Amino acid sequence: MLLSITSLSKSFVGTKALQGVDFELAAGEVHALLGENGAGKSTLIKCMTGAYKRDAGEIRLDGVSIDPSSTAEAQALGIGTVYQEVNLLPNLTVAQNLTFGREPRRFGFVDARAQRTQARAMLEPYGLDIDVDRDLGAYSVAIRQIIAIARAVALSGKVLILDEPTASLDAAEVRMLFTIVRKLRAEGLGIIFVSHFLDQVFAICDRVTVLRNGRKIVTEKTADLDRVRLISHMLGRDLEEAAHEHRKHTEAGDDQRGPLLTFEAIGRAGMIEPFDLAVGKGEVIGLAGLLGSGRTESAELLFGVRTSDSGSASDQHGRIAHGSPREAIAAGFGFAPEDRKVDGIIAELSVRENIILALQAKRGWMSKISRQEQDALAERYIGRLDIRTSSADKPIGELSGGNQQKVVLARWLAMNPRFLILDEPTRGIDVGAHAEIVRLIQEITKTGMAVLVISSELEELVAVCDRVIVVRDRRHVTELAGADISTDAIVRAIAQPEAA
Amino acid sequence: MTINPRLYPLLTTIGIFIVGYFLCYLQFPNILSTRVVGNLLTDNAYLGIVAVGMTIVILSGGIDLSVGSVIAFSGVFIAVMLRDTDLPAPLIIVMLLVITSAFGAAMGWLIHALAMPAFIVTLAGMFLARGAAYMLTIDSIAITDPFFAAIQNAYWLMPGRGRLTLIGVLMVVVVLAGALLAHRTRFGASVFALGGGEQTARLMGVNVGRTTVLIYAFSGLMAGLSGVVFSVYTGSGYPLATVGTELTAIAAVVIGGTILTGGAGYVIGTLFGVLTMGLIQTYLVFDGSLSSWWTKIVIGMLLLLFILLQKGLLRLTAFGAARA
Repeated sequence: MLLSITSLSKSFVGTKALQGVDFELAAGEVHALLGENGAGKSTLIKCMTGAYKRDAGEIRLDGVSIDPSSTAEAQALGIGTVYQEVNLLPNLTVAQNLTFGREPRRFGFVDARAQRTQARAMLEPYGLDIDVDRDLGAYSVAIRQIIAIARAVALSGKVLILDEPTASLDAAEVRMLFTIVRKLRAEGLGIIFVSHFLDQVFAICDRVTVLRNGRKIVTEKTADLDRVRLISHMLGRDLEEAAHEHRKHTEAGDDQRGPLLTFEAIGRAGMIEPFDLAVGKGEVIGLAGLLGSGRTESAELLFGVRTSDSGSASDQHGRIAHGSPREAIAAGFGFAPEDRKVDGIIAELSVRENIILALQAKRGWMSKISRQEQDALAERYIGRLDIRTSSADKPIGELSGGNQQKVVLARWLAMNPRFLILDEPTRGIDVGAHAEIVRLIQEITKTGMAVLVISSELEELVAVCDRVIVVRDRRHVTELAGADISTDAIVRAIAQPEAA
Repeated sequence: MTINPRLYPLLTTIGIFIVGYFLCYLQFPNILSTRVVGNLLTDNAYLGIVAVGMTIVILSGGIDLSVGSVIAFSGVFIAVMLRDTDLPAPLIIVMLLVITSAFGAAMGWLIHALAMPAFIVTLAGMFLARGAAYMLTIDSIAITDPFFAAIQNAYWLMPGRGRLTLIGVLMVVVVLAGALLAHRTRFGASVFALGGGEQTARLMGVNVGRTTVLIYAFSGLMAGLSGVVFSVYTGSGYPLATVGTELTAIAAVVIGGTILTGGAGYVIGTLFGVLTMGLIQTYLVFDGSLSSWWTKIVIGMLLLLFILLQKGLLRLTAFGAARA
């Protein structure tokens, strides 16, 4: 084996990012590394490239145990990485980028002519004949990517990690890239291919390894896999395991039923095709799909984080504006985004301050919420949502993930919205808190509030949703309702290639 | 043969200087003489030298606000040492350059080790150096040392009776050395890499800490050398001298075509930035009726022009990349 990793573990404060992961890469192999957000892909790669220090386990390259402490060291050992956001310098020339750190010199000074010749020679095997004296930034992403590959191969030459290399390429560019990948494979390089485009994985990869929740789920030959099995590996539900707890429909009175909001032809070019969505009072709607399918984009359009190209939203009183988060909040929408740490909480502020944040913003800065009212609100929601904190004045950054999520939920509940969007509400929180969040979603809809849940956890969707909309390749493809909702049905809908 | 877009800002700078010089010549034909050229180099020698250091700093994405104060400190240090000690002038100069380089290195280390913005650290350095100059003296002290007098009077007579002074030549030599350092060494490549993005630079194997320390040490060295030249030029040391020179140097760098956010530019451009600013002043002297405020107004307009030019160029190259 060219590269073999055995029982690799890595923890961060409070979370186990990788637990006893094994991985093998042969020379002359393209090996796909798959998994949803938070599965541990990027942690695994960072352990290989020296960006992270592993806690336990072994990495062997050519049979020799290695422990790189920096990317430069990993490169020197033979492991080169090309990232989606190409990590080269757009302000330097192509030649400077290719030879950076190893510039040919004469009398102590960089020999520009030799540098140019060397750069051209490096690009030649890739069939790239470009002006190497131009700034790298003058070329398209696809060409930059090839230049990055040329540099990585020349520098390292054993293992090449391609991290989402095709995310911003068009079809022709992907073909060009694949030709190069095949050529490098034939030359005996080991290539790790990270992507969430399953078609591409099937097109180019010899083997597939799936990670989920920091564990290795399976390694199989691509030829032996079909899409349904692969997706169920990624999303983690065995299709046979059909015992599901269905959502018990709320026993609300008739006044709590009926249509609430209607969205028509909401969409944005390049993000998601136009879709319609009718939301009923007290309804829980799920959005299911793989990473990058357009789930989060749909939510962002509904909440006005990005503006829709077309379409309209209305309630029983007529049209409503939702072109910006401000307007959406005014219309009674709430949105708890996916990346809690970046978009959801303000870590330095206290639990209390985080709870009143949106309410204060809605009232305007002129009418400060009194300290008394703040304390009352904080106390109410800490009690109601069972937020475990020693004090309402504790900085939220010190709380566990589950409790942070509850604070974000409390922030929106304090606004008393009519339509709440939750993007991956249970990501990165422990099992107990997980169940509580699910219970809370059930509970808040009793008052007639409608909830849209985006989740990679299919069981969660099955447990909580009245309807599930499946998103694939930036389109809303299928809608499942009531008894039709099952992990099995969702996986099949996601896996189906073109039109069901 | 197409021109590499990299060169556009540099060519614009040189073009503006030549066109400006030609326009001045149309009005005052005497401006095209070796006397004026000689004076242009001599009068702006200290600015040119400090601007070379500033160019390297700005190319790396940083800023050094301390240099004006360091120049004043240098003049005062030399004057006081010459007056109060018997040390030979060359030794005092070497001591000074060691001090200012170490001062710059210390700022660079702080910027890197504490991950502090260069603006704040060098702002503190600016007050510190100015304060140190005041501590040495609050008066203007004349320099009467024969060594300094000799440098002051060293010149070559050019055809047309223009004087090419030693300090003018020194400035040109420093610019050439700076250009070599920035564009033809691995250190220079690291400077550009830092300006392009620290994270990426690190991934490509740049020793960020060492490079940052060296960059500010170099700027300190240039400020010290500029201080020596300034004290030769004025024949004195004065703690209130060169207030705001750091900003003039930054203006020269930007007019010279270097992008203020770092990562792109040429040291030679800075020379033309300095000369353009000198040309405006020369024009005002020739005219005689215009107020010297006009220097600042024209410099302000030139700066604005270059900022717009850079924005436009950025959009142009982005458009090119989109089409490619």
